[in-house]
Amino acid sequence: MQVLRGRVHRYGKNVDTDVIIPARYLVTSDPDALKPHCMEDIDPDFVGRVRPGDMIVADTNYGCGSSREHAPIAIKANGVSCIVAKSFGRIFFRNSINQGLPVLECPEAVDATQAGDELEVDLGTGNITNLTRRQTFKAAPFEPFVLELLQAGGLIPYTQRKLRQRGVASS
Amino acid sequence: MGMTIAEKILAAHSGRARVSPGDLLQVKVDFTMANDITGPMAIREVRNLGVGKVFDPQRVALVMSHFVPSKDIASATNAKTCRQFAQEQGCIFFDAGKGGIEHTVLPAQGYVVPGDVYVGADSHTTTVGALGAFAAGFGSTDTAVAMAMGELWMKVPPTLRFIYHGQPGRWLRSKDLILHTIGQIGTDGALYACMQFEGEAVRALSVEARLTMCNMVAEAGGKAGIVPVDRVTLDYVRPVAKRPYTVYEPDPDASYAATYEFDVSKLEPVVARPWSPGNVVPVREVAREKVEIDQVFIGSCTNARMEDLREAAELMRGRQVHQRVRCIVMPASVAVWNQAMKEGLLEAFADAGCVVSTAGCGPCIGGFMGVLAEGERCVSTSNRNFPGRMGHVKSETYLASPVVAAASAILGRVAHPDEV
Ligand code: SF4
Repeated sequence: MQVLRGRVHRYGKNVDTDVIIPARYLVTSDPDALKPHCMEDIDPDFVGRVRPGDMIVADTNYGCGSSREHAPIAIKANGVSCIVAKSFGRIFFRNSINQGLPVLECPEAVDATQAGDELEVDLGTGNITNLTRRQTFKAAPFEPFVLELLQAGGLIPYTQRKLRQRGVASS
Repeated sequence: MGMTIAEKILAAHSGRARVSPGDLLQVKVDFTMANDITGPMAIREVRNLGVGKVFDPQRVALVMSHFVPSKDIASATNAKTCRQFAQEQGCIFFDAGKGGIEHTVLPAQGYVVPGDVYVGADSHTTTVGALGAFAAGFGSTDTAVAMAMGELWMKVPPTLRFIYHGQPGRWLRSKDLILHTIGQIGTDGALYACMQFEGEAVRALSVEARLTMCNMVAEAGGKAGIVPVDRVTLDYVRPVAKRPYTVYEPDPDASYAATYEFDVSKLEPVVARPWSPGNVVPVREVAREKVEIDQVFIGSCTNARMEDLREAAELMRGRQVHQRVRCIVMPASVAVWNQAMKEGLLEAFADAGCVVSTAGCGPCIGGFMGVLAEGERCVSTSNRNFPGRMGHVKSETYLASPVVAAASAILGRVAHPDEV
């Protein structure tokens, strides 16, 4: 699996999906339409600052609240390559995997990382290296099944493959 | 070692004799739901799967609840997508004026029954666990797979046990119990877990009041909330159940990740201050600060069923909403709306100077009707008070029970019902 490298945008605890993408924009799920409003209610400069490959690093319970899958879609639309947090809201965690956005839990790496640091994340081993501070941490490994989902490109391609194996027509 | 209710339901739906927390299962699903926000994306993914038909049209519901009637062309297009899909598939569809909020309509009409595994594309799907079902919220993609295949992967959650002893005081409501609990354990205190609510004080609650508690499991990070089935549950379920149901009891030697006990006789009405449902303080404390408000919302899937409206209307009768305040009342479902009309509750609200509005989510989600301006403060019977949840990012929401909300509407500040 890939090795990702990017600059860090750092957030605190309990960043909820309402601030990631406010409900006033939920009349569409088009990534391009959601993109400019990502993190608008917590960090209005985020969209202007973020560069492709950048990473979000946050404290506990990132993505708590509403089940809106628009949240990982908006984050991904801004080119964020992965999210490292102490813990995630459970629906957000699943939604991110389903959207092919890697999400890793690693409290130690979060504590040792500040905004602007550069991180390298090896999705295969779970190694997270803070290149700025020259420290390496190990994230909780993905469950084999979750890894399988990520490798398949999300739950839809995974299920399509299963359907083909069962011989059910799939376009 | 025995199993909890959640473990028994998940075992029965995955063909296993027993399961333990952490087990990864393919779970057969009894019922699935998406709404006007999550539905269009779920429909797109069902189509992407190329299965043609959903697994069982009578177990797939699309409920228009968030932006009803449609607020603009984009939301009208979303509703149209859902309507057309429902027609083509023959699945259950609730349009504006027909249903209301999914978490109120579906249990009340017997679509979800005890012992079910219920997958809904909305975080407050947990609400229906009050009937002794395993009800969990998912995103659109997961729900699409459940709608297409009739099954979904799930991990068995650990169960946390919450036991409420004693008799509540005059103004203590189930909303206070759940807010108090979230205040104690924190907004990630039940992360990935199932919250099982029991004890004498829970048994004394109506199903409506239990739905309120399971609703806010989402605010504690929980995967599901569950109340053991008793006579009260069965009296609610029997006349409406669309399918046979199964009652699962927890084994006496079931294992719980933690047990919390409360003496409700010692608890008092609370509010959650901005900007977290875990920021819970006694109403009296805030009342002393004379916190002035601009809006009150009596509505949402948390608290806008008959019991809630009866109590709020009782407080409003013969009184007026404070001149500074807009009070918006939205019954959670069309059935509740109609019943409230027949009982004269809507008239009582209107006479007191409330806005009585369509059944639906409304101001709860800050996208439509009753949106807050910068600096405005609202007391709401809903479940979330995150920054910007009900409008401007610098608006404030206090979460409260319907009686606290009604008292606050009358006095124009966060108020205890005793003060009215
Ligand atoms: S009332 Fe609020 S919390 Fe409930 S489903 Fe609607 S938007 Fe969600």
